[in-house]
Amino acid sequence: MSEERDGTDRPRDVPQGASPKGTSFEDRLHAARRKQGLSAPRQGEEPEGRGVGLSPSQGSALGMGMRVGIELVSALVVAVAIGWFLDGWLGTRPLFLILFFLLGGAAGVANVWRLVSPQKPPGRTGSD
Amino acid sequence: MAAQGQAIDALSQFTLTPVLGVVGSSVNFTQANLFMVIAGALTIGMLVLGAKPRAIVPGRMQALAELAYENLLKMCTDQIGPEGRTYFPFVFTLFFFVLMGNLLGMLPFAFTYTSHIAVTMALAILVITVVTVVALRIHGLHFFSYFFPPGAPKALAPLIIPVEVISYLSRPLSLSVRLFANMVAGHVMLKVFATFVVMLAGAGTIGVIGAAAPLALNVILIGFEFLVAFLQAYVFAILTCIYLHDSVHLH
Repeated sequence: MSEERDGTDRPRDVPQGASPKGTSFEDRLHAARRKQGLSAPRQGEEPEGRGVGLSPSQGSALGMGMRVGIELVSALVVAVAIGWFLDGWLGTRPLFLILFFLLGGAAGVANVWRLVSPQKPPGRTGSD
Repeated sequence: MAAQGQAIDALSQFTLTPVLGVVGSSVNFTQANLFMVIAGALTIGMLVLGAKPRAIVPGRMQALAELAYENLLKMCTDQIGPEGRTYFPFVFTLFFFVLMGNLLGMLPFAFTYTSHIAVTMALAILVITVVTVVALRIHGLHFFSYFFPPGAPKALAPLIIPVEVISYLSRPLSLSVRLFANMVAGHVMLKVFATFVVMLAGAGTIGVIGAAAPLALNVILIGFEFLVAFLQAYVFAILTCIYLHDSVHLH
């Protein structure tokens, strides 16, 4: 809670070197507590580590690419397996396979979208 | 190609062989099981030894145990919310089982049990079962509204619901394949480059000089593998937390 730390942390509120009196004590206390993980983020603020997936593990582009690939393929594999078993059960060999192949591709893209989207789409933020 | 006779045999390191003599072979107790037992014993030993001193200023073991405990607890409460404490033992156990599997595999002559899809798939199925049961217990049948995001047009329901269900069912697969593929790829790469060193060194003076390159690469890869060992355990644990968050809060 030193002056220069406040100055670097929030340059828009406090000019460099000025006293941190400009911001309210409540704001600074909340920011510090949030940084230490002592209080929950306020309404509308995303807690760190969520939304973007895994912030510390996104160091390498290779790892990210591998994750995207696995998400895409795994949805497809699950969907094709479901289609295959439905076909074997109902005796309609290519029908459900083709249907679930398309659905699996869509699910894979949905997985990847959930992985790379900066935050949850507005429709899904409301909790119930 | 002086060493034509040697083939690069990168996959034999993953074969299971019974250990502990007659007793082991009669109950199929393989080296994978042995290393699982070692991993569990090491984790419990670390915690018991770490908790023993009860010092205010922790020593090395106590600092290790406290760091592990506090970081994972923080991860649970950050990702899941205040309810995360309920699931902390589960996440802690999973993390250390995976981490110990990855790390023990880095020792010479050791076996990496996380490099078997059977092991990682069993872990992932356990995770998805726990997540689903938790969601059903907390929300009851309301859980199934998870497969239809609120605000989506009703006409799209026949399309969205199968896609969401497939997406949900693909979680254990991606969870297990990610860990399995990372561990297998790393160990195969190490083995391949190590074989290059031996093959080149057998090819005379020029080969010995040439063997320095794959040797240097292997040194780097070992360090990288340690990173991957921690990272994959972390990813496994944090994804479990994210799935638990979804099942506790829905949407």
